[in-house]
Formats: sequence, C-alpha cells, structure tokens
Amino acid sequence: MHYLVSVIFDTAGLATPDEMAAIDAFNDRLKAEGHWVFAGGLAAPSTATVIDNRGEEALFTDGPFLETKEYLAGFWIIEAPDLDVALKLAAEGSKHCNRKVEIRPFLGVELRPFRGE
Amino acid sequence: MSVIDVREAITRAHHEEWARVVAALTRRFGDLDIAEEAAAEAFATAVERWPADGVPPNRGAWLTTTANRKAIDRIRRENKRDDKQKEAQILYNDDPPEPLGAIDDDRLRLIFTCCHPALATETRVALTLRMVGGLTVPEIARAFLVQETTMERRITRAKAKIKAARIPYRVPSAKDLPARVSGVLAVLYLVFNEGYLATGPDTDPVRHDLTAEAIRLTRLIRALMPQDGEVAGLLALMLLTEARRAARVSASGELITLDEQDRGAWDVALVAEGHRLVRERLAAGVAPGRYQILAAISAVHTSAREARDTDWSQVVALYDQLVRLDPSPIIALNRAVAVAELDGPEVALAAVDRLEDKLAGYHAYHAARADLLRRLGRSQKSRAAYDKAIELAGNTAETAYLTRRRDQLG
Repeated sequence: MHYLVSVIFDTAGLATPDEMAAIDAFNDRLKAEGHWVFAGGLAAPSTATVIDNRGEEALFTDGPFLETKEYLAGFWIIEAPDLDVALKLAAEGSKHCNRKVEIRPFLGVELRPFRGE
Repeated sequence: MSVIDVREAITRAHHEEWARVVAALTRRFGDLDIAEEAAAEAFATAVERWPADGVPPNRGAWLTTTANRKAIDRIRRENKRDDKQKEAQILYNDDPPEPLGAIDDDRLRLIFTCCHPALATETRVALTLRMVGGLTVPEIARAFLVQETTMERRITRAKAKIKAARIPYRVPSAKDLPARVSGVLAVLYLVFNEGYLATGPDTDPVRHDLTAEAIRLTRLIRALMPQDGEVAGLLALMLLTEARRAARVSASGELITLDEQDRGAWDVALVAEGHRLVRERLAAGVAPGRYQILAAISAVHTSAREARDTDWSQVVALYDQLVRLDPSPIIALNRAVAVAELDGPEVALAAVDRLEDKLAGYHAYHAARADLLRRLGRSQKSRAAYDKAIELAGNTAETAYLTRRRDQLG
C-alpha cells in the first residue's frame, strides 16, 4: 500500500543544513527498512506555472494555482502495510524535516475500480 | 412464545449479538460497510421470521450465518457488475469457523478500529455507537442533535477512510495499547457525559439511553480487557455516577447538588458494584490513572451516609493526585470546590479566581464562584456570577437550579 506524505511549509525559507541532514538520515532508514518509494523537495511556489488546455488553446499562468499561507514543499511516497505503520513513519518524517506533514493513501488495487461517475 | 416474548428475544439478541456479528463479518470480509449492512439485514430477517418460525436456540449463530449469507449475496451482486476474479476469491474462502476466543477478540478489534486516532473525535463516537453499540443512524443523530443526513455522511465518510487509508482491524501492540485504550475510554466517557449532562434547550436533562449505552459498552470492554485498571476505573466512575441519577434531578426538573440529594434514592446495587471495582483497583497496588482516581473520589462521596460525613481531606488528597496526572484547569476547579469544604470558601475562591483566564467561558467556573461568593455573603458579586453561569449553561436542570439559587440571594 502506498501513501503520499506531503510536507507542508507554513513559514518562509528552505530547509536548514541540519534539517537536510536529518532528512537524509531518515531517507536512508526508509530505504533500509523497505518503506522507500520516492521523495523529493519542490522549489518555491513562485516558480510554478499553471496550465489549462481544456479550451481551444493552452493558457499559461505564472505562479501557483492557489495563493495560500501553507504550501507543498516536498513529499515522500512510502510503502506501508497499513495506516498505523504509515502514521508512525509520517510522524518521524515530520520530526526529521521539522515541518507539518499530511498523509494520504493512494487509490490502490485493493480498492474498487474508480468508475468516474 | 408470545409476540411480546419474541420481540424481547430480538431486542436482547440485538444488545448481545450485534457487535459480535459486525465484528465477525468485518474480519471475514475486510469491509465495515458490508458487515454493517449484512448485520442490519440479518436482524431485519429475524424480525420477520422469528415470530413465525420460533426463536432459534443459538441466536448468535443464526444471526451470524444469516448475515454471512446476506454479505455473500451482496458481494455476488456487486461482482456481477465489476470483477469476476474477486467473486472467485470470496466464494471459495471457506475458512473454518472461528473459535469463541477469537470472536471476542474481533469485537475488541472493531472497537479499536472505530476509535482510531486518525478519525475525528465526533466520528469515533458516531462510529462506535453504530458499529459496536448497534444504534441506528437516526438514533445517533438525535443523541448529538445533528441532522440525520449529516450523521449518515459522517459515518459513510469514516467507513470510506478506514478502507481507503487502510486503518487496520487489529488490537494495537502492547507498546501502543495504553494510549489507544485511553482513546477508546475517552469516546465512551464522552457518550456517558452527553447522557449525564445533556445539552440543548429542549432536551431532557438526563439522557438515560446514552448513559446506559456507555455503561453497556464499557462493561463489554471490561469483559474483554479484565486486567486493565483504567477500564475498571471508568466503569466504576460511570456506575457511581449513574447510581445517583434518580436523586440528581427534582420532580420539577431542577438539578439537586450532591449535598442536597436524598441519599436513600441512590441505587444501592450500582453503588456496591462501583465500590467493589474501586477496591479491586486499590488492591492491585498499581499507580492509578485518571479514571481510577475519579472513581475513587466518587467512592468517597458515595460512602458517606450524610453529606456532612464526607471525608473531604481524602477527596482533596485524591484531587492532588489527579492534578499531578492531569493539570487541566477543570480538575483544578473541582479541587478548589473540595478545598472549600476543608479550608473554607475564602481559600477556595482565591484558587478559583486564578483560573479565570482559562475558564471564563465555562459555566461551571461561574457557578462555583457564585456559590463561594454567596457563602461569603457577597451577594452582589454572587448574583453577577450566577447570571454569567446561567447564560453559559446548556443543561436545563442546571439552568433551573442556578436560577433558583440566584433568586434566593438576599
């Protein structure tokens, strides 16, 4: 079962060297214990471009699609057998990156097929 | 068997077997939604069939078998639409029947899943009452004064989250158990308190259906976890509180405080059972948790034949112990009320006033101040405090009591 752990920034500024080191150590552990799927940090929301190509031609808008105080700064995708295990990992992730995190399950194979009704 | 006997048998079976049926089916099918629906259908079938066919000798087995069949019917129907492969999987799952011990365990699993920390508190309460308690959605909606559709949505969303996020169906590991048990007990205490001090202008001051349900579920957890001190503590606390129910509200619907209650109207059997549990915990010689201390305080009160016989120094000592465990301002307020009996209202008032920052929006804070000011003869200030308490109180019996007290001020 895969979970997305989103790292939420509520203060300006990137991770400090200490935080980066803690994140690296945590990543190593995730890999060693078989929970690692993928992870990454994102550049500032001001670097984003929103694209809408539902109409006749693609529209490009400079900046994030939502102006908010909290934004996505990075994420982990982890593998865990159930939410209890995933919650423990997410709690450690929050401690290591020194940020709030949100955990959400991916729609997995054990779910009923999504019929897009 | 008469119609009334059959109806009683069905009600009793519902009380005794509902959680067992839902828990066994959840384990077998891995899906709360299927388990809940199939259990409800099985009971509906019992209502239809038992009056004609007679009540089966083993009601639990009859209900579980019927519910199993209903669940398989539903899965077959759905699989015809979606996925032939899954059908094969479930229909050929012929696990041997579970031994009785494992079924008891299933109910515990069910409770821990419903009270999972990833669910909001109000959701845990609703889900526990539905899945473990077997209350209907309209009953739960009425209990918490929300619309039926709102409650239905809350429960549906919770079931979907449990499934999608894979909240596990198991008893937590020994390391996590104390925290998780305390989460379960918090849900039951919330249900009990909503019954004991029901809120809402048109609500009965005591909702016996809710206090009874909370006690029933706590008894179930006690039976499943007989060694847990806090489970015993919470059950004792509920019993000793419930024992005073008949004496707590006057015929005219006004709250009667502990010191003015007719102690002869207390339920002797419940008091005895509560005292037995408190003694059992004392004998265990393990440092007590919050509920055990609260139960011990209740035991001191219910041991006094008259209010004036209350051993206040013991009550205050127990509150001291509780404050060390739980430094919440509400505990500090209750301690101050006990201190008034030991050291006088002047000392108590000073302690209560120190809590103003934290409790200014809590009716009991103003009610306690009003009473202490009244005893100190400061009528004007007392009146203002009663006004504030009445404004904030949500329980009709409390409002009536506070209003009378205020109007009696000289």
